[in-house]
Amino acid sequence: MNKPSKNAPARNHIFSLPADWSAHRRNLVLACIMALMLSFVGFVQSWNLAFSLLNMCLISAIMSLGVNIQWGYAGLFNAGVMGFAALGGLAAVLVSMDPVPSAWAAGGGGISLGLVIGFVTICVNIYLWKRARSQGKKRYWLIGLVVVVGYSLMRMTIDPSVAAIEAVDPAMTGYLGGLGLPIVLSWIVGGLFAAAAAWVVGKVALGLRSDYLAIATLGISEIILYVLKFEDWLTRGVKNVNGLPRPVPYEVDLQEATWFQEIITQFNLSIVEASSLLVKLCYAGLFLIVLLTIIWLSESALRGPWGRMMRAIRDNEVAANAMGKNVTSRHLQVFVLGSAVIGIAGAMLVTLDGQFTPTSYQPLRFTFLIWVMVIVGGSGNNWGAVLGGFVVWFFWIEAEPIGLWLITLLTSGMEPTHWLRLHLIENAAHTRLITMGLVLLLTLRFAPRGLIPEVKR
Amino acid sequence: MEMLLNPLVLLANFVLVPGLAYGSQLALGALGVTMVYAVLNFSNFSHGEVMSFGAMITILSTYWLKSIGLSISPLPTALLALPLGILGTIGLCLLLDRLVFRFYRHQRASSVTYLIVSIGVMFVIGGVIRFVIGPNDRNFNDGDRFLLKAREFKEISGLSEGLAIKSSQAITVFTAVIVVAAIFWFLNRTRTGKSMRAYADNQDLALLSGINPDRVVSITWIITAGLAAVAGTLYGLDKSYKPLVYLHLVLPIFAAAIVGGVGNPLGAIVGGFVIAFSELLLTFAYKKVAAYLFGEGLFGDGLLQILSTDYKFAVSFMILVVVLLIKPTGIFSGKSL
Amino acid sequence: MTFMIGENMVGGYGSTDILNGCSICVDLGEIAVVVGPNGAGKSTAMKAIFGMLNLRGGKISIDGEDITALAPFERVRKGMAFVPQTHNVFNSMTVEENLEMGAFINTSPIAGIMAQVYDLFPVLKEKRHQRAGELSGGQRQQVAVGRALMTEPKLLMLDEPTAGVSPIVMDELFDRIIDVASTGIAVLMVEQNAKQALGIADQGFVLVQGENRYTGSGTALLRNANVRKAFLGG
Repeated sequence: MNKPSKNAPARNHIFSLPADWSAHRRNLVLACIMALMLSFVGFVQSWNLAFSLLNMCLISAIMSLGVNIQWGYAGLFNAGVMGFAALGGLAAVLVSMDPVPSAWAAGGGGISLGLVIGFVTICVNIYLWKRARSQGKKRYWLIGLVVVVGYSLMRMTIDPSVAAIEAVDPAMTGYLGGLGLPIVLSWIVGGLFAAAAAWVVGKVALGLRSDYLAIATLGISEIILYVLKFEDWLTRGVKNVNGLPRPVPYEVDLQEATWFQEIITQFNLSIVEASSLLVKLCYAGLFLIVLLTIIWLSESALRGPWGRMMRAIRDNEVAANAMGKNVTSRHLQVFVLGSAVIGIAGAMLVTLDGQFTPTSYQPLRFTFLIWVMVIVGGSGNNWGAVLGGFVVWFFWIEAEPIGLWLITLLTSGMEPTHWLRLHLIENAAHTRLITMGLVLLLTLRFAPRGLIPEVKR
Repeated sequence: MEMLLNPLVLLANFVLVPGLAYGSQLALGALGVTMVYAVLNFSNFSHGEVMSFGAMITILSTYWLKSIGLSISPLPTALLALPLGILGTIGLCLLLDRLVFRFYRHQRASSVTYLIVSIGVMFVIGGVIRFVIGPNDRNFNDGDRFLLKAREFKEISGLSEGLAIKSSQAITVFTAVIVVAAIFWFLNRTRTGKSMRAYADNQDLALLSGINPDRVVSITWIITAGLAAVAGTLYGLDKSYKPLVYLHLVLPIFAAAIVGGVGNPLGAIVGGFVIAFSELLLTFAYKKVAAYLFGEGLFGDGLLQILSTDYKFAVSFMILVVVLLIKPTGIFSGKSL
Repeated sequence: MTFMIGENMVGGYGSTDILNGCSICVDLGEIAVVVGPNGAGKSTAMKAIFGMLNLRGGKISIDGEDITALAPFERVRKGMAFVPQTHNVFNSMTVEENLEMGAFINTSPIAGIMAQVYDLFPVLKEKRHQRAGELSGGQRQQVAVGRALMTEPKLLMLDEPTAGVSPIVMDELFDRIIDVASTGIAVLMVEQNAKQALGIADQGFVLVQGENRYTGSGTALLRNANVRKAFLGG
């Protein structure tokens, strides 16, 4: 029953044989501790919770792998993780939900035309910006004019269509819907969405100094989120999209299946709990496949000439540039790849939740927490990023019960109705922020290379 | 005449007055970010939470002052509590510098390292704030609500459009002017202020001139903390205090600082107003203004809004992205305090 | 007794030593010039004397007091002033503010010293409200020297003050430096333009690979055939 021991770090030897056995053993021990912690939750709280945790840990691990590709390999600070994850979530909706023909009939044409106009406007602007340099100040006026005309045209075509689409059965649909394809496909599409967005963001922001890049990506991810939140025709906005199809069986179906009932009788489990466990197990299996594939791909890339070049660029950009390496295009490449991985994880997350909730995307949870995972795990090391994803997610969730338990213990001497005790218990949930901050600060200060440091190759 | 005055009053009521207040709040915030950037050389992501912390201390002090019966009605008690908020925030910043940032300064850490550290600090302060005061909305403005009511204005002027000025808006602008004037006087007229500019300009030469770096850094934190507490409190007074909001306020503040030219105090102030007015002008519904100027119905029944109000906050990010694209150094380019 | 002595200095950046036991000294009212080929450790020696480099051997004393362990800003208080080769003015500040910052450690009124500096460099008085970053190269060097003089130092150290300025400006700068020394200040400078610099030097040090190769008065070194052949281009 000890499934968590399948944690990726334990399998280190399959992919890389570290020359230093003691480092290898250390990683193994860390992975085992992680597995034990998850099992502990299983025994003390519930196995259902333990497997929910495991699933989220797996997704977090993939996200932090994505950030590690950008930060650990290339030293790029992407503070827009949230936006890329949300785009992955959008992919899940657009791929798996059934199309809404009446909405398409009401405004599909107008929306398409408007988007084409918007796209053309942007292309014309880029053309003007690049080609009309000789025009001096006139260029700005020209661009301004194109923006005003293009934007007005776009709004004029889109606005009525948007109103028409949103009027189509707003309680149930009110949006264009998706393609009605299997949701697993959306994991790939989510990666592509994020990659496409990252290409644009990278073109815009990668030339900037590192802390500007962080601010720019943070800003762009907020813009993405605003679009997902308020363009109801696309995402239903704050009304959320519920009931996304699943890649795994439903609990209800399992409970009614005779083969499942037969298996259950052999174990001492309630059928409701068992069905829910099995569903989570199926998810865990799918996620594990994705995680291992991504690790395998990135480890092989890291070990090849590409990885050597990336490290050379990261460690000395000037020298790499002087040696004829195209630093900017490598950076763009790695930025796109990392974002694609984040997008895949974003789509997986929405698949697991079964719903797309734009308001749930908060920078604290989706950008900064992922960063804590990478730093704590060990930037530059894929196994570190994975372990970081596990450990940090685990404590993000468990900090609350642990904090509550600690506070109850510490204040047990007080009157049960003492105002301070009540206040502390009421606000115990917020200890998780403090814990995460402290973990990050202490890691940076005393173990800046993380739990599993980068291997010097 | 009224045909012209009415739309002007309309714009003043919905754009000028709120823009001045919001712009002042952003400018004060951006000034703090810019100071840290100029002297300590990093983008301080925790600034929003520091502002929130200042507001929190002020709120708690307000409750305490009220409980012992002190008030300065019709002004909000928070103004009386503000010095305590400033002191508390100064304490926090000096403590943070001592415990966290100093280590990295001595290491001459890269600006990205600093940035990640400031994210950690942001987490901790945010957690402490939610732990102490809880995540809920709090209105602590106990002063008079309005300096000028829309109805009064209509009666006085005889116009059909009203102009309202909230007292919190007036207090914000007034305080901001005093604080900014004090900062500029300090930076340009006092020996200590000049030594800060010198240190920001050329750290090594400042050392050669016998300027004590630790002192400059401490003073920078003190000023930053003061600015943050004032900005946080004014924002809370004007729009009610909610811890989560301050995390999101960091981006418009950074946008303001970068648009103006990060490291440049004048730029921070200009940037604050640029962001504030862009937000309001781009999301303002021009329908009524057009109706006054050109008569009803000329433009159909659209709101004549450039962007839906939903996108109000996104405006600052868009400006930020555009500025980073076109002129990353900002309006007043370069780093000079 | 000699005012400033740096004796048998050993040290460098990282593991390799650049200074291998060289000694440099200068007395009040004198000009001492350090010359030598590239990489001889001239600038490093200056940095060592000013405390911007940790020495692994040797000692530095000023007015008989051992200051080897002091930090740079503490040495400023002992009467040392240093003009770096580059980035030696506060670009965003006016000329007058630059001078004020130079006098940062002075708690007494500085109007008198500032007047003296303006007497020495009249062009600075003219441009005192202009930003230093907007001045020409030669004027910026004058601001840099002026800033250093504002601490009322007993020892003025200049790292290649004439780097990148025209020959006319160089001559003028050297004249000013002689003026400075004649007020009783000890001047220690590193120079690329060895011939001209030794011409105004009371004491000259020729460094090679972090060691003293030749030492003597400026005129003696200029006359020395070996020095001329090896370092002064004949």
